[in-house]
Amino acid sequence: MAAIELRGLTKVYPGGVKALDALDLVIPDGEFFALLGPSGCGKTTLLRTIAGLEAATGGSVLIGERDVTGTQPGGRDVAMVFQDYALFPHMDVTDNIAYPLRIKKVPKGTRRDKAAEVGARLGLEHLMDRRPGQLSGGQQQRVALARVMATQAQAFLFDEPLSNLDARLRLEARTFLKKLQRELGVTTVFVTHDQAEALAMADRMAVMEAGHIRQIGTPAEVFRRPANTFVAAFIGSTPMNLLDGTVRGDTLEVAGCKVAVPASAQGRLRDGETIVYGVRPEYMAYSAGPAEGALGGKVAIVENLGASHLVTLDVGEVIVQAVVPEGDEPAVGDDGYALPRRDRALVYRDGELVG
Amino acid sequence: MTPRFVLGRIGFYTLIAVLLAFFTVPLLWLVTAPFTSDPTYEVRMPDFTWENFQAVVEHPYALPSLWNSLVLSVGTALLVVVLAALAAYALSRVRLPGRDALLYALLLLSSIVTGTAAMVPLFQLAVELNLIDSQLGLILILSGGLLPAAIFMLKDFVDSTPQSYEESARVFGASPLQIVRHVVVPLVRPGLATIAVWAVANVWGNFLMPYLLLSDVEKQPAAVITYTLYTEGGQANLRMLSTFGLLYSVPVVLMYLFVSKKYGFRFHGGIKR
Repeated sequence: MAAIELRGLTKVYPGGVKALDALDLVIPDGEFFALLGPSGCGKTTLLRTIAGLEAATGGSVLIGERDVTGTQPGGRDVAMVFQDYALFPHMDVTDNIAYPLRIKKVPKGTRRDKAAEVGARLGLEHLMDRRPGQLSGGQQQRVALARVMATQAQAFLFDEPLSNLDARLRLEARTFLKKLQRELGVTTVFVTHDQAEALAMADRMAVMEAGHIRQIGTPAEVFRRPANTFVAAFIGSTPMNLLDGTVRGDTLEVAGCKVAVPASAQGRLRDGETIVYGVRPEYMAYSAGPAEGALGGKVAIVENLGASHLVTLDVGEVIVQAVVPEGDEPAVGDDGYALPRRDRALVYRDGELVG
Repeated sequence: MTPRFVLGRIGFYTLIAVLLAFFTVPLLWLVTAPFTSDPTYEVRMPDFTWENFQAVVEHPYALPSLWNSLVLSVGTALLVVVLAALAAYALSRVRLPGRDALLYALLLLSSIVTGTAAMVPLFQLAVELNLIDSQLGLILILSGGLLPAAIFMLKDFVDSTPQSYEESARVFGASPLQIVRHVVVPLVRPGLATIAVWAVANVWGNFLMPYLLLSDVEKQPAAVITYTLYTEGGQANLRMLSTFGLLYSVPVVLMYLFVSKKYGFRFHGGIKR
């Protein structure tokens, strides 16, 4: 068990592409940490640099207070699960799980026992003689996890651990993975491009864009108070409404409507400045009749989300989305009013959160 | 079924039968003539004599030449497989500027190296290096001729195995040599088998190079010895030729069957899986 610390970590690929730009990050011991971002943001590069599979161009990587920047991957005492699991196809499950121990020259009997023990813990007892090709995706994933557990490494690194599973299995695996990490208590960093996955599993997460970390925080912080418009747009299964607006004294003028200044931004705004007003569709109260401080318009689209509906309103030139509970959904063409929750609405100036 | 259709079918199968006969008759000759006391160029019912085999066994160079063939082909195959595997792995995993151009140039040149065009320079080279009349020298030259194509084929094979296997082993702390032994070689084993069989078959059937470079009849392989099986009268000795020919072909056929059963020849590359 160990903390992971990155100091000014920079990675420039030959050809000048800056994949990581002076990153600073501390992941405390035992934390389940998510690296989230769109493809090409550098999250996988970051994970591979922690593993030692990519050499850092600048800065340093510390694992358990030991500087491992120049250490080979095998000497860093980390274990990694690859996106395609990388189970050796010519070895059976036992040999796959025991492979890290074979490298450490553990006697054959001991490592078979250890493999059986770890395998049993993940429910693989009856599969120990199979080859990876004879296993389902979920079983392969558990074998990959078992192999990582057998290393007893100080930290685990998972590269898109759920992306090779089908949608239903992914939800199960999410719960399973979180429970397993909690039980083992090993510092774990995982990479994902799926914001729902990061929100669901991580203790804390970093949202990355183009080699920079745009926000670090708990899933709740990142969801409720995105630090900038990039994070605001990236997080959430329904995208946040980000509307251009102007400060008019005690109120904001947004899309031709007057809305109240969010509670957290009170007193931090100058009269007349242009801002971006952000509020999640989930934090809107929808009504068919006019309301004070609401954004009013015509219903353009109604999308079924299951237990609720996503209603898209044409408010002047812009579109505003609100989540409406089951049973209250309007018909297309109706007049609709969406009232933002004052304690959940946010104001951004030049892309950064004001409050 | 119209008469036209029936006639068409009959014509088609007749054509196939003629084509088949064209290929089967020589093979039939090869399996019957060795057991016939007085073989001619026609295929006849054999009288099942072992005399011809007796004659081959008593021939001073016939059986040793098969051994020589084995030494040459297995030696070359080993050298080619080991060197091609290392080269293909490196070329596949390390980015080198101009790598593909290098491979294509090698492939192009290799058809010249052991080809007829290079006969004289190769002979001179062997003389200068004191490798004339040496089986080792011949193995080196044959390997040189086969290596580029072998590297080319194997590189394609290695390219199609994901790198994450090796990276995974690396993170677990495996040394480069351990990675090659535990992970890479087992993954590309069918490719190695293909290259080995291909090299053996190539050397086994090669006449020109051993004929040029080995003058000592005791060192010559079967392909060259076949060429010397004449009667005193200068006629082709069909008894010896047929029997020796059969003995010469059986090992290669057996090897194909064995390797094909064990690894199965698969085509790799080309299709993304």
